[in-house]
Amino acid sequence: MIQIHCPYCGETLPELEFAYAGEAHIDRPESPSAQTDEEWAEFLFMRQNVKGPHFERWRHLHGCGRFFNAVRNTITDRFYITYKAGEPRPDLATLLEEDNK
Amino acid sequence: MSKHISSLAPSVVVDTAAARVAVSQMIGRISLRARGDLAAVGQAIGVELPTQIGARAKADGIEVACLGPDEWTVLVSLGQIEKVEDALAALYPSLPHSMTEVTGREVTFTIEGPQAVELLSIGAPRDLSTIKVGQARRMFFDGATVVLWRDAETSFRMDVWNSFASFLATTLETGAKELAAELA
Repeated sequence: MIQIHCPYCGETLPELEFAYAGEAHIDRPESPSAQTDEEWAEFLFMRQNVKGPHFERWRHLHGCGRFFNAVRNTITDRFYITYKAGEPRPDLATLLEEDNK
Repeated sequence: MSKHISSLAPSVVVDTAAARVAVSQMIGRISLRARGDLAAVGQAIGVELPTQIGARAKADGIEVACLGPDEWTVLVSLGQIEKVEDALAALYPSLPHSMTEVTGREVTFTIEGPQAVELLSIGAPRDLSTIKVGQARRMFFDGATVVLWRDAETSFRMDVWNSFASFLATTLETGAKELAAELA
């Protein structure tokens, strides 16, 4: 079973307590009514579908209930880092370098 | 066959050499969400709010556990519910928060006995040794979200939503009997 670190609880817990919540760092447009249909569809539906390190959201559903962000390798399921929602996107190159050590 | 579980009529679910599971008497429960001046909230209900997730505090028969960064569950006697509600309502204009009485939502199982931890491990994927005596956690147990209070090494309380109660009681009953059969 995958173990996931919850940045709010400060504990590493089994994946059964968590729920996946899609790609991270997607901002809702400031004024949706000013968007064209194409732009709105892009925001709603279009995702990167990354093969490899992926910035994504998770929720500690059966725990503190918080949403947080993670970088997970979609091939190996390895979690490089988890961090609180609202924190800046970590630099991927640095993460991968630290993971290789 | 599922069991009939109600905190209106406390009962013993199962009592074996391995573990004893019983339904507790009904108590008052309040779900509290707040941010900002937590000291003022703590003062209103009479217990200082713990801020570490999983930490508990108790004073004057009012017991509080921190479930999330801004979420607490408050256990009070049935007679105290109104007093706590009034105290928080008075605070509301200066410190908006969310307070909901959820007394009827849950029942509490007490789980104790030499193999209480083994019994819980049949439904909990997490490492139970990381829940220290005197702490509480919201966690996953056999498909349901529960709040587990650890009162001693082998003494627990488990708050369960009504709709899961009979199912989880059956799980605990089966588990306690199997563990006892291994002992025999």
